[in-house]
Amino acid sequence: MAQKSPAKKAGTAKPKATGAAPIAEDGKTVYAQNCLSCHQADGGGVPNMNPPLIKTDYVLGDKDRLIKIVLNGFNERVEIEGEMYNNVMPALNHLTDKQIAAVLTYVRNNFGNKASAVTPVEVKKARGK
Amino acid sequence: MKLKVAFSSFIPLIAAAGLLWYNANKPLVANMVNPDADNAGLKLPAGFGALRAAENVGKARHLAVTAGGDIYVKLNRPKEGKGIVYLQDANDDGKMDDTKMFGNYGGTGMYIKNGYLYASSDTEVFRYKLNENGQVTNPEAPEKIVTGLIERRQHESKSIVVDNNDNLYVNIGAYSNSCQEKDRTPGSMGRKGCPILDSAGGIWQFKASKANQTYKDGVRYATGLRNVVGLDWNQQNNQLFVMQHGRDQLHDLFPALYTVQQSAIYPAECMYALKKGDNAGWPYIYFNQDLNKKIVAPEYGGDGKKEGSKEYINPAAAYPGHMAPNGLLFYTGNMFPEKYKNGAFIAFHGSWNRAPEPQAGFFVVFQPFKDGKPSGKYEVFADGFSGSPEKTASGRADHKPCGLAQGPDGSLYVSDDVKGTIYRIVYNK
Ligand code: HEC
Repeated sequence: MAQKSPAKKAGTAKPKATGAAPIAEDGKTVYAQNCLSCHQADGGGVPNMNPPLIKTDYVLGDKDRLIKIVLNGFNERVEIEGEMYNNVMPALNHLTDKQIAAVLTYVRNNFGNKASAVTPVEVKKARGK
Repeated sequence: MKLKVAFSSFIPLIAAAGLLWYNANKPLVANMVNPDADNAGLKLPAGFGALRAAENVGKARHLAVTAGGDIYVKLNRPKEGKGIVYLQDANDDGKMDDTKMFGNYGGTGMYIKNGYLYASSDTEVFRYKLNENGQVTNPEAPEKIVTGLIERRQHESKSIVVDNNDNLYVNIGAYSNSCQEKDRTPGSMGRKGCPILDSAGGIWQFKASKANQTYKDGVRYATGLRNVVGLDWNQQNNQLFVMQHGRDQLHDLFPALYTVQQSAIYPAECMYALKKGDNAGWPYIYFNQDLNKKIVAPEYGGDGKKEGSKEYINPAAAYPGHMAPNGLLFYTGNMFPEKYKNGAFIAFHGSWNRAPEPQAGFFVVFQPFKDGKPSGKYEVFADGFSGSPEKTASGRADHKPCGLAQGPDGSLYVSDDVKGTIYRIVYNK
């Protein structure tokens, strides 16, 4: 027995061909397309699942470590600001140096954060290591 | 509020022993509890009321109520080093006024059966002997029933239930979203013959009264279940029912196949009626509630339409995506109107994986049943946990319903793992 979703959406509706869209390089769009579903629109994360990106040590601290979280993903049993989170962050190394620099600069200057920009050169350096 | 039902009609035999003790200590007309003036902030059908039986108990996951009306609550993370909360009501006003804590582990499972309190951490199952007053006799030395279960961070909770034949059922969630080569990585394909299913992604059956069991003592009772948090034993069918958390991120991982809007409502959250040996099909298929079909997962060559294999069982009922069914309870009490008897309450913890679309859930629904099968559409039973429609849409809910339990008088208890409120819902026509 199936029950209809309240929002009426045909199961077979044709998705927009997103594959052909130009690669977004502004931080806000890169965030929306690659981070938002886990870390949420307000950067507040999801309790017990995905950590917030608000004034955490990882976001405001060492840029090399921050870049590597995006390049390599993150799946460790660690406390983040006193709480545990059990979801997995994938490696997002298909993003370009420019995209990663833009999204991290965006994260470091939104959601109540204030920190220096991340540059594509810094991302390139971290990727090379 | 007066209890409508005469005691004579309210005698499930198991409760009788507990009631004897209960009556010896408390007035014969029990359960004169008054709902809170604001019904504890909940929106309920006419004739129902609610009170906050307790507040701020911690990250309250599942809970169990004794024959005398005391409450045991499992905390996700220990609070001051203790992971089980024991609540007592000294003056019978429904407000729990005495709190004791024990058990040095976090977890989710909490269930009472045959004079024992069962509790789970994310890797083990314990049981505690209850005395005739429903009090744990060995808080610091429980029997370890099962040990060594897999816990790899994701879908870590081990929900538990015991049947009438001394069998314990334990959910072991898959430590993965869809068994991709690289978990949650855009475009990564599914692992062939998903190896996770050997030791997770299903329900395992153990003996409920044998100590120190490990995987080799258990039976993989049902497989192809990504993660189950809400589960209950249906006494009418003598059968296990479970609620699966469906896979996430269809659009994030396969943007050419799914829109953001489709990804928000699909796949369905499914209720399964299980038989030994059943396979519900994760990670190879998911269920689309609008097409009413099993669909091949994109990681395994699906395109959003291709139908999945008949070898996988169909759900007994399907609900909109990502609402996170964390509690399931078959109502066997006599307090609520007749239509609720033997139907299912489901606590939907609320979604996160619908973003950027509005979130949904954060309510308790009632699924009518007839002859042991879901019958007709579910209805929202208790809403308002989140605090406002805006908080529901953003997912920034004040409270999230998680566990469900039935009290000896037929009250329905709901736990909240955000602020640790324990709600008690009563009927007072
Ligand atoms: C599939 C969900 C998911 C996606 C997508 C995701 N993350 Fe994460 N992220 C997580 C989880 C879960 C953790 C914590 C992992 C742990 O505890 O081991 C995390 C940790 C982090 C951290 C370090 C902890 C903190 O809260 O400060 C940062 C920074 C971060 N993510 C940024 C990003 C950025 C930027 C993006 C997009 C480019 C992104 N994440 C995409 C789930 C995700």
